Amino acid sequence: MSTIDPTVAEVGDAAATTNYGRNISPVLLAAALAWAAAAGLIEYWPEIIPQPYGRELAAICLGVAVIAALTALSGTVFGRIASILRYYGPWLIVAAVILAVWEVLTAKTGILPVPFFSSPQSMLEVFFDDWERLGTSVAYSVLLLAKGYFFGALAGFVTGVTIGWSRSASYWVHPLLRLIGPLPATAWLPLAFFIFPTSGSASVFLIALATAFPVTILTWSGIASVNRDYYDIARTLGAKSSFLILKVAIPAALPHVFVGLFMGLGTSFAVLVVAEMLGVKAGLGWYLQWAQGWAAYNNMYAALLVMALMCSTLITALFRIRDWTLSWQKGLVRW
Amino acid sequence: MQVDIRDVSHGFELEGAPLPVLDRVSFSAEPGSFVALLGPSGCGKSTLLRLLAGLDHPSSGGVAVGGVPVAAPDPSRILVFQDPTLFPWRTVWDNVALGLEAQGILGSNRARVDKVLELVGLKGFDKAYPHQLSGGMAQRVALARALVNEPRLLLLDEPLGKLDSLTRLAMQTELVSLWQRARLTALLVTHDVEEAIFLAERVIVFGPRPARIVADIAVDLPYPRHRGDPRLAELRQKVLQHLGLAATW
Repeated sequence: MSTIDPTVAEVGDAAATTNYGRNISPVLLAAALAWAAAAGLIEYWPEIIPQPYGRELAAICLGVAVIAALTALSGTVFGRIASILRYYGPWLIVAAVILAVWEVLTAKTGILPVPFFSSPQSMLEVFFDDWERLGTSVAYSVLLLAKGYFFGALAGFVTGVTIGWSRSASYWVHPLLRLIGPLPATAWLPLAFFIFPTSGSASVFLIALATAFPVTILTWSGIASVNRDYYDIARTLGAKSSFLILKVAIPAALPHVFVGLFMGLGTSFAVLVVAEMLGVKAGLGWYLQWAQGWAAYNNMYAALLVMALMCSTLITALFRIRDWTLSWQKGLVRW
Repeated sequence: MQVDIRDVSHGFELEGAPLPVLDRVSFSAEPGSFVALLGPSGCGKSTLLRLLAGLDHPSSGGVAVGGVPVAAPDPSRILVFQDPTLFPWRTVWDNVALGLEAQGILGSNRARVDKVLELVGLKGFDKAYPHQLSGGMAQRVALARALVNEPRLLLLDEPLGKLDSLTRLAMQTELVSLWQRARLTALLVTHDVEEAIFLAERVIVFGPRPARIVADIAVDLPYPRHRGDPRLAELRQKVLQHLGLAATW
């Protein structure tokens, strides 16, 4: 108590400015209590139909409670993780309440009947017992999406730059784009599965097609809306055409390009799931279809959750790339 | 560099109708001189600078710089616009280095960028982005972006037009010292009478569109000039007369 380490004081001050002081966090303590209560409820309230993995679920809840309690009492010892947990403290409480209500409505009272509604522990059961199949499904989905999205984004970007830059390219490509672009990529599905040698390559094509249209349009409009003065300035400074395209037009159009990439990613998810449900014998879309065939509703809920996490992660990754690329811009929307 | 404008006429098309902006304009500027082109807004002065920069070609007549007819843009003649128009995705340093990079000679000339940034008083701002700069600083970067190419002819299109009045006065003085140090020919387009006679050795007055030269006035005062000089007031009176605004003074 007699000596004050200046570095510790400084860290404390920095944390205090973001409202997470060194003191005990009451919100996190409440969260810890809520999660402990949820654990108790899961463990001691008997299920209407006995289900496996109730105890594991209770243990996980207890684990969350312990982590919340430790963070609440330890101040900023855990650094960044602690400040994240403190920020989400109120959400942590609400999450415990939601879990408890869900548990009561399904496993404990059966107000929401099986098999149409899954209890938390039955979803846990899927993750514990079927993680291998779920995991490979995610891997296949991501791989397929990556291939299609990469080729689609590349083709869209190149097409957009070309028609944005060259009047004659625009003359020839624009009518085709207007005719084919608005057609949903899924409409090509029967034909694509017929023409392409494998359902995998057909799916890559469809995802690429779905991605390419918004990327093309937005890249094109980005290139077309570049301030003409940028070109004049670069030309008086001695720039050749290649410099004007690569160092002026494309960087100036990038904010638009990213809007196109986001739209493309969104549509590519839709095409991915449909393609996997109808043709490809792998991936999360296929897993959903397969689960439906076995009336395995628990697996469907679990797969939906995994799919949501996967899509959200991919969108987040794209946001990160954009933030890094466009760090020169003011007032970016955070994801 | 010697500037020769011979019988230049130029026009645009506006909604199908021809819009003449320059009407048989002729004048020459000596190498190393500072000439102001003064006239009402939208009279075609800026068009003249675009012709000299090689961004546009005159409908008739000839434009020559250094005795050579202007065919295309060249880094020896650089235009500075009213808006700084910096590239927002480039830092200050990268904006200034633009010309050297475009000409493919940046590698061996990186020191020139640092030097010119120091010259315009922006040392230490190399890594800033344009949106972080004030209007005056951004215009200084635009000047540095021109000067780093060591142009022989600097075409200034109301470069101080959008600055606040205090920054503007300071930048006027800086502009004169930059011109003197770099020993280049400067052509300044402005609609500010005081700015023209305070900065230039010679003021060419244009009438309303289509622009025609109505007066060519020598400002026979040594530098550094003093804003309170009674001779400047006399000259201003004379210029305003040519613009048909003498009654307001």
